Amino acid sequence: MGEAIVITSGKGGVGKTTTTANIGTGLALMDKKVCLIDTDIGLRNLDVVMGLENRIIYDIVDVIEERCKLKQALIKDKRFDYLSLLPAAQTSDKSAVTEEGMRKIVGELKQEYDYVIIDCPAGIEQGFKNAIAGADKAIVVTTPEKSSVRDADRIVGLLEQESIDPPLLVINRIRNHMMKNGDMIEIDDIVQILSIDLIGIVVDDDDVIKASNSGEPVALQPNSKASIAYRNIARRILGETVPLQSLEDEKGVFQKVKKFLGIRA
Amino acid sequence: MLDKKQFITIKGTKEGLTLFVDDSCTFEHALNELREKIHASRPKHDEPVVSVKVKLGNRYVQEEQKEILRKIIAEDERFTIDSIVSDVVRRDEALQWQEASEVKTVNRIIRSGQMLEVTGDLLLIGDVNPGGKVVSTGNIYIMGRLNGIAHAGINGDKQAFITASYMKPSQLRIADYISRAPDYESDGVYMECGLIDEEQDKIVIDRLQVLSHKSEISGFGRRMQNG
Repeated sequence: MGEAIVITSGKGGVGKTTTTANIGTGLALMDKKVCLIDTDIGLRNLDVVMGLENRIIYDIVDVIEERCKLKQALIKDKRFDYLSLLPAAQTSDKSAVTEEGMRKIVGELKQEYDYVIIDCPAGIEQGFKNAIAGADKAIVVTTPEKSSVRDADRIVGLLEQESIDPPLLVINRIRNHMMKNGDMIEIDDIVQILSIDLIGIVVDDDDVIKASNSGEPVALQPNSKASIAYRNIARRILGETVPLQSLEDEKGVFQKVKKFLGIRA
Repeated sequence: MLDKKQFITIKGTKEGLTLFVDDSCTFEHALNELREKIHASRPKHDEPVVSVKVKLGNRYVQEEQKEILRKIIAEDERFTIDSIVSDVVRRDEALQWQEASEVKTVNRIIRSGQMLEVTGDLLLIGDVNPGGKVVSTGNIYIMGRLNGIAHAGINGDKQAFITASYMKPSQLRIADYISRAPDYESDGVYMECGLIDEEQDKIVIDRLQVLSHKSEISGFGRRMQNG
């Protein structure tokens, strides 16, 4: 029996879809059977980020309205055998899916897969309620901006009323130089306000945009910072203890020696 | 026989007059005598207005009856009513008082979009995040960070106050007073309280020590005084 994790944020544009794609890819890289579900009916993106847009035949609304079997609607990833995507419909709207329908689909997928990752739409309306309906766990994505943290706080409040484990936090799009200057909210402050466990921090990396435009999740790249961050999140989901990535850029030899000698830089 | 007995006794004190109303006669009898007495002992027009305390002993009066008493005494605007005190309270009123004087302890985080409302005093163990709101009819004590809105004394109790371990509220409200955070970015304060400064007629934030000068902190005492 697998586990269903919903990726949510409240605010739009903080990187829910990117996070979903990359956590899914990260788990698949570690030989887990993963199914991604896009619940953003009418504004589907996950298929584009995964580079699977051309392969869509049926979608989640077709499954709910019983025009096809669940298996028929699943798209197998081109890179991994055990990574699938259940795409959202582009022509309907959020009311085409019900909470009951979601629970049924997620329940069925959990029999087959180790992890079911659900990409939640922005907002707190029906789409959000549908997305969290079948979930066992939740990951809240936020950026170090006031508005985004505020919305994340609201979402955490709503999630607390559901029968879901306490949500985990991903802080996305961290710009190191701004954080140093105090122009962005610090990670500690965000964690203090939201008071939920942090599961990963991801720096703002140009590679993420490049990768999503080419339909190859950034987690597949060996060395980029964001890629390592997403793979670390996947490892933490599997229960490994991985230290948080350092935000600092590569240090000079002199500083390394200082650090080695235990002198505070 | 009945006529001989005095139902109303008037005593003069430094603060004004105290009217003792006998609690064994009917309310009508007492009212009749009160009218006469008030008429007879009315001060002259050049004398100052006298404040009157009414003590009813073991007599229970309804709100309407209190209104009648007020009307009779304050008729000529030579007397003002300071208080009407009865030794008896009704059961449901007493229960209401008890509820209003209890401290409700809540242990959670009030997040954006959430609102916590209690009757009586509120002891919140946890933060009030930006966009969250706590409301009480009495005082609010927050063991945590107050970053949202706190509204104490929502039914108009101006004596109510708000304390927090760390205070950086977006708004403080006490009774019908509202104050908000300044437009510029500012640091919060630790272990302080917000209360109404009657001289400045606005909400001020001050050290917790100033609360020791307040006569009544417990909600029950306040209720006893204010009726």
